[in-house]
Amino acid sequence: MFHFKKESRIAFLSLLPTVIAVFIFVYGFILWTLRVSFSDWIGVMPNYTFAGFSNYSDIFKSERFQIDLWNTLFFTILFLFTCVIGGLLLAIFLDRKLRGGSIFRNIFLFPMAVSFVVTGVAWRWIFNPGMPGSLNGINQLLSNIGLSCLTWGWFTQSNHFMNFHVALISLIIAAAWQLTGYTMAMYLAGLTAIPVEMKEAARMDGASEFQMYRNVILPMLQPITLSVLIILVHISLKIFDLVYTMTGPGPGFATDVPGINMFETTFGGNRYGEGAAISIVMFILVAVVIIPYLINTMKRENI
Amino acid sequence: MKKRKGLHLIAYLLGVAMLLTAFTFCGKQAEKKLEIFSWWTAGGEAEGLAEMFKIYSNENPGIEIVNATVAGGAGENAKAVLASRMQGGNPPDSFQVHAGHELIDSWVAAGKMEPIDFIFSNIMESYPKGVIDIISSKGHIYSVPVNIHRANVLWYNKKLFKKYGLKAPDSLDEFFTVAQKLKAKGVTPLALGDKGIWSSVQLLETVLIAKLGANGYKGLWTGDTAWDSAGVKDAIKTFIKILGYANNNHNALEWDGAAQLVIDGKCAMTVMGDWAEGYFKAKNLTPDVDFGWAPSPGTKGTFDALSDTFGLPIGAPHRANAVKWLMVCASKEGQDAFNPKKGSIPSRIDGDKSLYDVYLQSAMADFSANDIVPSLAHGAAASPSWLTMISDAVTLLVTEKNADKADASFVDAAKKSLKM
Repeated sequence: MFHFKKESRIAFLSLLPTVIAVFIFVYGFILWTLRVSFSDWIGVMPNYTFAGFSNYSDIFKSERFQIDLWNTLFFTILFLFTCVIGGLLLAIFLDRKLRGGSIFRNIFLFPMAVSFVVTGVAWRWIFNPGMPGSLNGINQLLSNIGLSCLTWGWFTQSNHFMNFHVALISLIIAAAWQLTGYTMAMYLAGLTAIPVEMKEAARMDGASEFQMYRNVILPMLQPITLSVLIILVHISLKIFDLVYTMTGPGPGFATDVPGINMFETTFGGNRYGEGAAISIVMFILVAVVIIPYLINTMKRENI
Repeated sequence: MKKRKGLHLIAYLLGVAMLLTAFTFCGKQAEKKLEIFSWWTAGGEAEGLAEMFKIYSNENPGIEIVNATVAGGAGENAKAVLASRMQGGNPPDSFQVHAGHELIDSWVAAGKMEPIDFIFSNIMESYPKGVIDIISSKGHIYSVPVNIHRANVLWYNKKLFKKYGLKAPDSLDEFFTVAQKLKAKGVTPLALGDKGIWSSVQLLETVLIAKLGANGYKGLWTGDTAWDSAGVKDAIKTFIKILGYANNNHNALEWDGAAQLVIDGKCAMTVMGDWAEGYFKAKNLTPDVDFGWAPSPGTKGTFDALSDTFGLPIGAPHRANAVKWLMVCASKEGQDAFNPKKGSIPSRIDGDKSLYDVYLQSAMADFSANDIVPSLAHGAAASPSWLTMISDAVTLLVTEKNADKADASFVDAAKKSLKM
């Protein structure tokens, strides 16, 4: 029998149901998915016949999945870039105690309170290009203010440069609209935590405002940037709801992502083995980002 | 201190209780119950379902009907829920499923459905052979079709056609002539809404029927017609040519958006299943005055059918009640109650024509006279796994317009699917 202190025994017992549930419903099912991804399961009833790596070779050979991976790469890079730069700039402006700053802070934060599904539907209307002669949404706005040269097909555009589908731009704008406010809030918290003395000292030493931000503030915000990046990367790698409601797989899979491919392969096509293989690839992509971060945090907490 | 300990205990017990509830099945099963699972949640189809429930309750008083519906995703969400219930050994008494391979290659192949030949034993002659073929596997019937929709219909703006002195095209050649004339007048000839790619798959299937004929098309699904044959290649090239006459924002619209373009006179025609008629009528258009219809170009004499059916899962908790439900679904009375509301025609050939509108009457006439073939885009012709492979290839075909590459993908998909 383990010998616990009374307090910690109660704590342990209180945690136990959750721990059991997490082990079954999270880790148990990850293992199960891994098993299915090596099986021959096509059709509605489970079939665990071992199929080796055939599901993995099938998905990596399929053009759709290759497009998905490129889309994920470009989406992640541009989405992160927009959110971090946008969020940082907004935070810096708000930190300078603008008049009405709290109003702006709430306005910028508000999109985060909306679910991705709602964002997706709303931005689908906004970016729906309409037809020549009867433009819709943002195209109509642009042409009404005399910028009709800027109207284009948005997410209905199927062309691509190298492997970058231009239709992704619409998705990136929508996703960044939702999460820039969140990034801003994180940075704002970081900025508030920086003691005023630091800034004053920098100014006393004759640093310009830009130099102060570049050499004093930004380095101090580094841990925040890391957290922001990790959180945004895992959202971006797993994204499904926004894309599903806003564009779907898109013309020629211009806006397809692994999540949608997985859903359609598994529940549309009953190819559970392949669907599970896609899930495992997504899981590995996220794990590659998250696990070093978790290890890092744990080390820091133990010190 | 004592009080706090009590609180901890309560919290702990609550946690355990919640966990246990999650594992407990609601095992209470009253005898007098019937659970019907469908994705008919709104509009005419929900009303039609309610009409059938009414008939059932009149014939079988005292049985409580549980209307288990799952909304959304054109049935995709419902299918995911159904799959987990069936896999978990908790089937409903009867569930909605598209006729054909969507049922045959899934639940029938898995041995989860009971053959229901006995329901048809006395009424076989009321059903066309083409329909019985679609719902049968290895000589047994597995589901009752309550309705029939036609996928190969060309809808056109009658006023626009009158204005330019045009007539609905019969053949694909005529279609291109008409399209050319409309284009010259500045009207987009064809409306397409393939945000959900099935609209394009459906358009391709009508072209395949036109080029291969009813038997050649049916052979695609049995391996008798080769996917790399000249006919299929020709169909793919024609399909690409047709796309050249479609609205350029087709991938931003669903089928109803395309129908709206025809209503607004921005486009002249659209190829869509006959649920489009319901949309036209909901917008206060009069059949044969504001809009006209014809079999899609080159498919005259062929009826490209899809159907919603109900089957009998093995282990249905109230089997006797479910059998009575299937009797209602198979009866003339039940189908004539459901279909006028849903805007489809009965799967029997003896429906009461006076209950249906002028389009549906013409569809009923074609249904009893034409060759009936199963629709691809709606799960009748091919297994779900095959259909998604074809859909993926069509998604690329629509944007890349590469006929050879698409044909290679189709051949590959057929090879993978037919060996199973």
